Order: sequence, then structure tokens, then C-alpha cells
Amino acid sequence: MTTSAAVKSDRTTPAMGLDIEKVRADFPAMSVEVHGRPLVFLDSGASAQKPQVVIDTMRRVYESEYANVHRGAYYLSERATELYEGARDTVRDFLNARDRKEIIFTRNATEAINLVAFAWGRNTLKPGDEIVISEMEHHSNIVPWQMLRDEMDLVLKVAPVSDDGEFLMDDFKALLTDRTKLVAITHTSNVLGTITPAKEIARLAHDAGAKVLFDGAQAAVHMPVDMQDIDCDFYAITGHKLYGPSGIGVLYGKEDLLDAMPPFMGGGDMISSVSFEKSTWAPLPAKFEAGTPAIVQAIGLAAAIDYVTGLGLEAIAAHEHDLLNYTTQKLASIDDLRLIGTAPNKAAVVSFELSKVHAHDISTIVDRAGVAIRAGHHCAEPLMDRMGVAATARASFGLYNTRKDADTLVEALETVQEIFG
Amino acid sequence: MLDELRELYQEVILDHGKQPRNFRRPDHPTNEAAGRNPLCGDQLVVYLSLGDDGTIEDAAFVGKGCAISMASASMMTEIVKGKTVADAKKLFENFHHMCTDDDAEGFGDDADEDVERLQVLSGVRQFPVRVKCATLPWHTLAAAIDGVEEISTETDS
Repeated sequence: MTTSAAVKSDRTTPAMGLDIEKVRADFPAMSVEVHGRPLVFLDSGASAQKPQVVIDTMRRVYESEYANVHRGAYYLSERATELYEGARDTVRDFLNARDRKEIIFTRNATEAINLVAFAWGRNTLKPGDEIVISEMEHHSNIVPWQMLRDEMDLVLKVAPVSDDGEFLMDDFKALLTDRTKLVAITHTSNVLGTITPAKEIARLAHDAGAKVLFDGAQAAVHMPVDMQDIDCDFYAITGHKLYGPSGIGVLYGKEDLLDAMPPFMGGGDMISSVSFEKSTWAPLPAKFEAGTPAIVQAIGLAAAIDYVTGLGLEAIAAHEHDLLNYTTQKLASIDDLRLIGTAPNKAAVVSFELSKVHAHDISTIVDRAGVAIRAGHHCAEPLMDRMGVAATARASFGLYNTRKDADTLVEALETVQEIFG
Repeated sequence: MLDELRELYQEVILDHGKQPRNFRRPDHPTNEAAGRNPLCGDQLVVYLSLGDDGTIEDAAFVGKGCAISMASASMMTEIVKGKTVADAKKLFENFHHMCTDDDAEGFGDDADEDVERLQVLSGVRQFPVRVKCATLPWHTLAAAIDGVEEISTETDS
């Protein structure tokens, strides 16, 4: 293991604008010990830890500002409604959507994608129409389209990635035809870290007459995302990877498309009027939010967004980029270690395999050093096949991680090598 | 930290994990079953050749997975060869107990040689999420004996 001057280990990573000690103090989980060791949490790609302000906000609402929304003509319900709808405004700002009506609260990114498949796909697509996804999709952006394909006799095409995990633009372009009606691609791969050229993909898709959806579950966490700049039709994010609670996600959709779509689910809150003969739908965004929503989770998500935007998405991206480079260099010094995913433009997600040790064994051993990483197929089995691996170990970094965390991971991997000889 | 890990990853396990025995697909197995742990991606196929009297004349497997699952499958195929189907199932019961039950320590003294050999895998008790790695091959063996084609750790007990 070598430590060059360029990759000096330092608890306070020299990244612009992020006071990492202060940031760490904002997250109670950063003080947790596991197996008698300080927790080194490198699984934020699966779900991130929560800052105190999110925990406090949700607690405060439950304690003194909670009632059902959109109903009661009394103070608490008005207050809860104000906070819930305020959360929508926060998300609108965060994604730079044109209008708050374009922000639909869902359970998670998976539900957001399924909403599009159900309400847009079923009512727009015709047999023989084509949907283009990519080899590096999470199951959540594969299975809904497969289900729709089987139901409607569609064609599902898969855009390839290179051996390095790069999105192959030319191959993608070649898949587009006048039958292509939807392009549904991840904005950042949860396994490879690859950031796809969303703006360019959207332009090409639109040129071909297709709509475009991005799975932004990983992307929105690592960098600023701007709906006007990308100019996509749909964008899905999830709260729990964004330092917010689980149970809340967001579908962004262009207003004219959402307007033309029938509801996803029927129930209360999504209607304008109901009789036993006929119901009429509420206007956006309520049309897509049947039933009592995840009120406190939405408010918690807004608190999380306020927190990350307070730190600055650019500063977070710079910090994580530094961690990515540092970790990549450190891991490269380990014998028999192969990085899976080395695209030039990638987020702080590092998948790897050791030639002699299965990812599951790696995970168990580093866990005893307090290091939490993910092992397995990461809900991306087709990608595992493409990269020729059965499973990988994955370290995914969050804004609270440090170079020291990467060092601890590397030391723990040395223990793995020691045990396996 | 290392003690517990050494207990889990004993030399015998590492050896079987690296060079699994009976890792092959026999030409004419009488029984076979596929086992899968969808959570971690481990998968294997167990092949048996059963004699008319219910004796396991040959046992083999192919698959991919962690050191624990490969070692467990390897040792299992060695141990069940020559046993009756009933004895193999009884052994599975004991093994399962050994892997999951904290008071299963007592096997040492009066246990037979086979159970003693399998003791080396009992370190998984300290690692609850790894228990399925050790037991998947045995569940698959039981499925092969019972004529069940496929099992998954997430649908079977």
C-alpha cells in the first residue's frame, strides 16, 4: 500500500466549502459503534443516514403540527397542509421544475417509474412500440417495462455499456427508430457509478419523437439536477437516499403529459367529485396522490433537501469526487482487486471484486472492522451478467464520508487478504 | 475481531471453498435440484445418483457462491456419499440445529464422526445473515431427494 503526496490522508478532506467535521456532527449515526469499532458507513447508495435536522423536523411535526392534510378546516390540518405543500415547493426548487403541479409525491423512485408505466404507458403505447433502457438499469427500471411489454406486445431494447461501464452513445443512437416511444435510462448507475449524459440522451430521444424518463435515485444525491437543463419528460427520485426518510419519493413530469394521463390509483384526495355513476379527477398534482399521503415523510424530505442545498450540491459533488479519486487510487494498489465501473464521469460509487474472495465474504470480514459495504447483485442482475461477475462488493460514499473511511476500508480489505491467504 | 472471523473462516473451510470436492456434473444423475439465494446471488445445483435401496451412490454439485456455501456444499457431498437418504436427512437436521441453535455446543462429545466434521461450519452461528450460506446446499440436497426441482432461501424454511 503506497500513499503518495497527492493522496495525503486527512480526516478533513481538502474539498471546497464542506466543513466535514461539522457535517459529521450533524449525523447521529456517525457516532455509532459496531463490533466495538466506529461505524464506517459506505452503503449510502442503498440508503443514506439522516441528519439531526430531518429527525428533529419529523419529530416536531408528529408532536405538535400533525393532522391529515387537505381536509380539516381547523388549525392543525391547515398547518400540516401548509408544511406538506411547502415540501412540494422545496422539491420544485430542488429539481428546478417549472411548476409545483409537476411534482408528484410517491412512495419511492420505483413507484414513480411504475406510475409512468401504468398511467402514461398503458394509455399511450401501441403494440410494436419500442422502449429503450440500458444494460445498467436497476431492476426498478427494467421490470415495470417488461411487464408493460408483455401486456401490450411492446419491444424492449437495451442500450449497451462498455467494459468500463460507459454509456455507449453511438450504440444508443442506433437503437432509436420512429417506433421508439420511450427512453428510460438511469442518470447514475447504482453499481458502476456511471453518470449518463442525460441532456444529450434527452435531445436524441426527443429528436426521434420519444419521451424520456430518467431514474435519478442515485444522481440527485451526488450532484445538482435541473429539469429545465436536462429537458426530460419524467424524472424519478427517492427520499431515503437523499438523507431523508424512506416511504417518500418524487415523480417529476412535464405538466402537459401529467395532465393528459389518467390517474394511477383511485381513492380519496384524487377526485373532484364522486357519485356512484361517475367520478371526475382532481387537478394536478392531487390526481396522482390518492389516499392519505406520506405527510411527515414529505416534510422530512424537504428538511433533507434544505440541508443538502444549504451545504451546496456543488460542494457535496466536489467532496465526493475527491473521495472517489482517493478511494480508486487506494484500491488500485490492492493485489487481485478489480474495479467494476471506471467510466470517466462517475459518482462516488465503487464496485469491486477480489479474484479469490466472494463479495459476501468480503462484506462479513470488513463488517467486523466497522465497515458497512454492500455485497451482491445490487438489484441489477443483467448488469452483473454483462460485466461477467456473479456479485460485487460496493462502497458507496455519502457527504459525511472521509478519506479516513477509505483508509479503514483498505485496511479491512488487507485483513480479508490475510484470512484468505 | 480476528478471533471470531478465524472461527468462521477456518482452514478447512477455506480449503474446501477454494478447491471444492465433487464439483462436477455427473453424466446420469437420478436426482437433481437447483438452489438459489436471491438476496446474495448464490446458486448451485446438487446432483445425486440414488441406488434402488435408497443409498446415495454419488453426490456432486456445481455452482457459484461465497466460501461458506461452497465449502458447505463440498463437505456435504463428501459426507452423504454412501449414506441412505434417511440418514442424510437426519444429518441435515443435526446440521441445521448446529448452525442456528446457540445451545448446540454439546455435539462435540457424543456426536458421530460426520457431525463432528461439520462442526467446522458452526461458526456461522455468530453471523446470522450467513447461516443461509451454510444451509443452502443441504436444503438443495433435500429438494433433490424429494424430487423438487428448484428451491430458494426466500421461499423455503
